[in-house]
Amino acid sequence: MKAHLTRRYIFSASHRLHCGDLSDSENRAVYGKCNNPHGHGHNYALEITVSGQVNPGTGMVCNLVDLDDAVRREILDHFDHVNLNLCSEFQDSVPTTENLIVVIFDILKQNFSAAHLEKVRLEETAMNSFEYSGNSPRTG
Amino acid sequence: MVYLTRKCEFSASHYYHNPDFTEEENQRIFGKCANLNGHGHNYTLEVTVKGEVDPKTGFVVDLKELKEILNREVMDALDHRHLNKEVAEFATQIPTTENLAIAIWNRLERQLNMAKLHRVRVYELPDLFVDFYGEA
Repeated sequence: MKAHLTRRYIFSASHRLHCGDLSDSENRAVYGKCNNPHGHGHNYALEITVSGQVNPGTGMVCNLVDLDDAVRREILDHFDHVNLNLCSEFQDSVPTTENLIVVIFDILKQNFSAAHLEKVRLEETAMNSFEYSGNSPRTG
Repeated sequence: MVYLTRKCEFSASHYYHNPDFTEEENQRIFGKCANLNGHGHNYTLEVTVKGEVDPKTGFVVDLKELKEILNREVMDALDHRHLNKEVAEFATQIPTTENLAIAIWNRLERQLNMAKLHRVRVYELPDLFVDFYGEA
């Protein structure tokens, strides 16, 4: 039997949405308040969904401890309480939640193999959220 | 096709222990959940059914009938129970959230005839849930 398991995590980070290819006035027009030079922050809620056959011996899709360890090591330790604009992943791209979710998906895909990575869902605020299941080209 | 989701909550106790494993294996794999004195959760269940909207009633499903099935098959059987000791499915299976979602699916699917079961979602905690779509 194939089941989907979803775990939710919280991390906090700051960012500024600013594209180097646009003028200052264009940046302000596109990003509005998010273009504030000093940045701002969010409490992000991250939902990781993995899938697989339920192991008959353990009753599990994967051991939650292994998933928690991987997410803590690869994602939370990296993105919690940091300025996203200073992260290596965002030196050539704007740290929108769209770009962040693709980065998170790709990191987990490479570093967690105990179950199939089905979907990542990322809430930037309680009012907006994003989902990504892989296979989209990275945007600049 | 319209999807309808009904939510309910139940509380139950359980432990994770496989008699085919050594004590060391049980501890390593299941951690605190292997404590044979058990522990409990407030579970939230979301049952999603799908179907065409009946042109006369405007319903995908008669919600009263769905609630009766949920009460009889899930709430009466699981609420304020010890899953390992009182629920037949878990005499031979570990009552993980994965197996719980599958057991609830099997209990509901054979009772539902007015709409098709689409998904069973079981929250063990607000930050941990399992979805089962009836996939082999």
